[in-house]
Amino acid sequence: MAAGVRPTSATREAARKGRWRTDLIAGVFLLPALVVFGLFSWWPIVRGLLISFQQTNLVEPARWVGLDNFRTLFADPLLGTAIGNTLLFVGLAALIGFPLPLLLAAIMSTVRKGGGAYRFLVYLPVIIPPVVSVLLWKWFYDPGSGLFNAVLGLVGLGPYPWLQSPNSAMLSLVLESTWAGMGGAVLIYLAAMVAIPSELYEAAESDGASIGRRIWHVMLPQLRPVIGLLLLMQLISTVQVFTEPYVFTGGGPQDSTVTVLLLIFRYAFQNGDYGQAAALSFLLAVALAGLSAGYLRATRSWSRT
Amino acid sequence: MSTPQSTSMSTFVSAHERQRPATKAALRSIQVITLGLLVLFGIGPLYWTVKGAVSPPADLIASPLRLWPADARPENFGVALTDLSVGRYLLNTLQIVAGSWAVQLFVAVTAGFALSVLRPRFGKAVYAAILATMFVPYTVSMVSLFLTVLDIPVLHLNLADTYWAIWLPAGANAFNVLLAKRFFDALPAELFDAARVDGAGTWTLLVRIVLPMSRPVLAVISLLAIVHSWKDFVWPLVVLADPARQPISVALVNLAEQAPQDLLIAAMAMALAPPVVLFLFAQKHIVAGLGFTGVKG
Repeated sequence: MAAGVRPTSATREAARKGRWRTDLIAGVFLLPALVVFGLFSWWPIVRGLLISFQQTNLVEPARWVGLDNFRTLFADPLLGTAIGNTLLFVGLAALIGFPLPLLLAAIMSTVRKGGGAYRFLVYLPVIIPPVVSVLLWKWFYDPGSGLFNAVLGLVGLGPYPWLQSPNSAMLSLVLESTWAGMGGAVLIYLAAMVAIPSELYEAAESDGASIGRRIWHVMLPQLRPVIGLLLLMQLISTVQVFTEPYVFTGGGPQDSTVTVLLLIFRYAFQNGDYGQAAALSFLLAVALAGLSAGYLRATRSWSRT
Repeated sequence: MSTPQSTSMSTFVSAHERQRPATKAALRSIQVITLGLLVLFGIGPLYWTVKGAVSPPADLIASPLRLWPADARPENFGVALTDLSVGRYLLNTLQIVAGSWAVQLFVAVTAGFALSVLRPRFGKAVYAAILATMFVPYTVSMVSLFLTVLDIPVLHLNLADTYWAIWLPAGANAFNVLLAKRFFDALPAELFDAARVDGAGTWTLLVRIVLPMSRPVLAVISLLAIVHSWKDFVWPLVVLADPARQPISVALVNLAEQAPQDLLIAAMAMALAPPVVLFLFAQKHIVAGLGFTGVKG
């Protein structure tokens, strides 16, 4: 149109109009995401914070109660139990479920032919729905018809009470959850291991380093960032453990498997005390944010190296 | 140190060490033992589920170690399907999975396309706000999400006991948007310009140019969505109180309280079969998706 007469301002004008048009069209395409994230992610996050300072029971309108929810929360003797149990689960899961994938991946990295079979088998339990895994293991743990006591009985061990005793219940949960969740970590370690430049191993070998020293001085330092990352991912996911205690034991015996998330569930969906549940969720969020910050730092330092 | 056979896989055991008989034997035995353990712990539980499903209940208690029951009862699967309503629960799960998959794919594609190809001025802020939600696991906002679903803001709808309560929140998955955006970012921009010059509208650009080139990422998002929503338990438990609408994962927990053990195990076998079969056929894609989640997240 007027482009020939006043090129600069006209193109600028056209560009400005085009800009608005693009923004408008992009806004339309973003609408599904904005609606879904707005209603089901952003708003609930903000609202969770608000509810922890409110009393809500779905019948009367919400009322501001200051720190009352936190006060009743801290007065609940189960809170300390739940935090302790959750830390026990996280700790045991790290102790058992952290070195095992590393070891398995190291062995799998030496396999030349048929590696696909190993990868398939190790990832198979991850595909099984968690509820099915837990019910399956509950049957294996069964004192009467259970597989584990029957097998251990063959070599003169047991019978063990597994889920029935407060001393072994949490360990039983950890064993199942390690089996169910380990596959992902193995495959990630394996991918990182085979990506280590083979010159590093060759150089170490020509310097006379044994296999053990090559693992210790070449492989593990090369994997350090991935190891840190996976450890954090594992901590973040095990802090939120719910399905195992809910389906295996319901928190028993003698509250020995009541975890933080199970307590939140009880407050909200059994007692209808949403404020108290939100207050505990808030504390959990703070703990997870700390871990996530560590995760972020680990990711950054990893992508730099 | 050059070796005749060069492999792409790097490992701490060198090629000429593999020739040494002692090392070779040690390595072999470690590998075979590991494979044996993996078969035992990978296939073993699946086999035991099938075996338990066709065993008479008396057999399960009297001889828990028997490898196959004397009189197998394959009819248990049919009985569980009808008498325990496993068929209906599986159909419920299927509906939940299909809807969650569709919503996730739709949201990820439209948002990824807008953020990567259209690039509005507010795009960066929206993307940051979406990615920020990755640091708040949904378990943390589960309580307020539940209250929100009971009374949707502005619209004042109650979604509880409908599948919308699962489908719509499933769409708010930041990782899907990230996957889609990153994939679209890597597509050649010249193609988009050429299409524009040819007069293609924005919708045509998405459907005719971007989507046909994006099969790999669509497959990864789809598989992650399907596997994840098939495995989901807590949220359906919270939001679907009506037993007739519950998915198999939630129903199994109730069945575990009342059903005879052999039928319960048959129900479990049927609940784990679909994802395992899917995994058999799509192993590569699922593992690729895992690579995305684990390392590049």
